[in-house]
Amino acid sequence: MADDREVLRELWDGRLPIKFNLAADEVSSMEHPEPCYLLVPRQSYFPLVADKVQRYFLKYTANSQGEEMWLEYEGQPLKWHYPIGVLFDLFASSTMLPWSLVVHFQKFPEDELLHCPGKDAVESHFMSSVKEADTLKHRGQVINGMQKKDHKQLWMGLQNDKFDQFWAINRRLMEHGEENCFKHLPFRLYQSDKPCVQRLFRPITEEGEQRLLGDLVREVAPQVFNTEVEDASRSWKVVIQGVEPPMETPVQWLSEHFSYPDNFLHICLVSSQ
Amino acid sequence: MAETEKTDLASPSSGDAGSIPQNSDQKKKIDVLLKGAGDAPIMKKKKWAVDPTKKVSWIIEFIRKYIKCEPHESLFLYVNQSFAPSPDQELQNLYECFGSDGKLILHYCKTQAWG
Repeated sequence: MADDREVLRELWDGRLPIKFNLAADEVSSMEHPEPCYLLVPRQSYFPLVADKVQRYFLKYTANSQGEEMWLEYEGQPLKWHYPIGVLFDLFASSTMLPWSLVVHFQKFPEDELLHCPGKDAVESHFMSSVKEADTLKHRGQVINGMQKKDHKQLWMGLQNDKFDQFWAINRRLMEHGEENCFKHLPFRLYQSDKPCVQRLFRPITEEGEQRLLGDLVREVAPQVFNTEVEDASRSWKVVIQGVEPPMETPVQWLSEHFSYPDNFLHICLVSSQ
Repeated sequence: MAETEKTDLASPSSGDAGSIPQNSDQKKKIDVLLKGAGDAPIMKKKKWAVDPTKKVSWIIEFIRKYIKCEPHESLFLYVNQSFAPSPDQELQNLYECFGSDGKLILHYCKTQAWG
């Protein structure tokens, strides 16, 4: 376990270079603004890192009504409440870097995106996810046993990109009892063109054996292994935190090391055509 | 509209169709139990059969209309009396993970109750 702490650090330090461009039809100034570049943490959320982008482009657009900024990648509006790394793995894992995004201030896609009234909204979304994950792992006993200030520390750790501050609290959420595993595994499985899937999944078998990533994918997304169906020509990549873990990896280990700060394992199924 | 065998899942005794009106009846509906908490008005009918592909935001809108929530009032929804599910979460996912005895229990209230 101790040796694997490096994995946590490595993933925490994951960064994505992003190039932001204002949507061409929303430019109201004479000249088109230069793009703006940021190096952002994969573990974070866009509203926490994109203040600068918003301030920079606002002066080039006619929108002075304070309309909400939203981001798009190749026609796909990006959900602010998914970690940035998940959005990248899901929609852009084969793209050239920097990841090129379009910034909008108009025509908010109401059907596809939630509004983000501010950083408080990100905080409550994040804390809800942590609580949901702990409900699956420990029937909520660990998170409910914490004090308000511990919750705050988790959030501040993420918001300010402080690994030690975050993990001082988060390691308690990663503890497990005598069974040596969580009750259920908090995970979500995504495909770019389908709603995300969340199911109850035990990290061990009834005989007490570790269940593997391959077991989970086979159960929740059988199409990955199914060669009978018509899209058999499609082959899939299973991407978590920007890497393709071997199918023989125990899910309990993945949950402890590859979960995002919201304590969920976000698994992206990417068609590798 | 699904006025088929599915509605009896939802109607305890009254015999009135328990389905919330909706378009798709392709999938088996799931039973959702809506319980008021705190100062929220209770719903006369609590148990509903709902299309599992509906989202949390849709249920929230449904409750708001049913209990006549004013536009300026908030409505919060909780699973397990502990966490607020994401508005774009599908009910199927919540049902699979947090349902018990064949139904999903959701609590709603007008002031934030559980964190």
